Amino acid sequence: MSRVLRTTATQSLSVSFTVGLYGTAFGAAGIAAGFSIVQVCLLSLLTFSGASQFAVVGVIGAGGSAISAITTASLLGIRNGLYGLRMAPILQLRGIKKVIAAQVTIDESTGVAIGQEEHGLDAMKHGFWLTGFGVYIFWNLFTLLGALGAQAMGNPSAWGLDAAVPAAFLGLVWPRLLGRFERALAVSAITLAILLSPLISAGLPIIATTLLAVLFGWKARS
Amino acid sequence: MSQQIAAQAMWIAIIGTSAIAFALKYLGHSIPERFVTNPRALRINTLIPIALLSALVGVQTITDTGKWIVDQRLAGVAVALIALALKAPYFVVVISAAVTSAILYRFI
Repeated sequence: MSRVLRTTATQSLSVSFTVGLYGTAFGAAGIAAGFSIVQVCLLSLLTFSGASQFAVVGVIGAGGSAISAITTASLLGIRNGLYGLRMAPILQLRGIKKVIAAQVTIDESTGVAIGQEEHGLDAMKHGFWLTGFGVYIFWNLFTLLGALGAQAMGNPSAWGLDAAVPAAFLGLVWPRLLGRFERALAVSAITLAILLSPLISAGLPIIATTLLAVLFGWKARS
Repeated sequence: MSQQIAAQAMWIAIIGTSAIAFALKYLGHSIPERFVTNPRALRINTLIPIALLSALVGVQTITDTGKWIVDQRLAGVAVALIALALKAPYFVVVISAAVTSAILYRFI
């Protein structure tokens, strides 16, 4: 492979650090939901997909079942599969390298790689690997720091910090609300989930909103 | 739910989520791109995170174990919304919500 372009390296590093910082919020949210430090860190090491991880601690923390948590997190993880589909022809990997690449296939590594398209195939590969490893290192480091910080405070729920979790989800969905159509879907999903909450067991109202996504996507003009 | 069942649910969720998360990523790297080109399926896939994350915002803000409850969380999320509208970074959004709800919880 050729030399790493300065612009690719700078972009990868700044994305890695900024995104990695969010790991603090996840670490703290996990502890607040009743998970142990080891469990929170394992989620970051093994699952390594922010929205899915927040979904696990959110659903379990709200009293949902393991199945509900796994289903919600996995529905959120489908997009990583599509990123893999996009990256495979660019990376051209086999064996253990493919396994490692799959683990670091997330929003950011794919985004930076695709952003390097004008600089050529090598720059795309560099962007993918640098951002993938960069986010992995910083995300896990800051998860641990967030978990340790929350643990040091004793019982975080006794502090009334519980708005942090919905705010974390709000911050994740906000950049996706590009137009009136997306905002209408968001408001519908919030409404449906709240209305269903007293009726069906925790976790299921969230999964039920997938039907809204299907409905909206089915009808939408491209 | 007893502590033991809760702890068990946590471990099952951690292991199950991690296994499926990796399987989805690896599958993407393994199947030819031409297999997945249906524009409707691709569009629905970009909408699913919007629905799920929005639902999580709603449920975590005004419900607690299946009941509707308006408390300090709603104020915290309202502040987060204002922070986002003002284009504050993610970190500021989460911290401002947490601090708002903590202050209300303490003094009201």
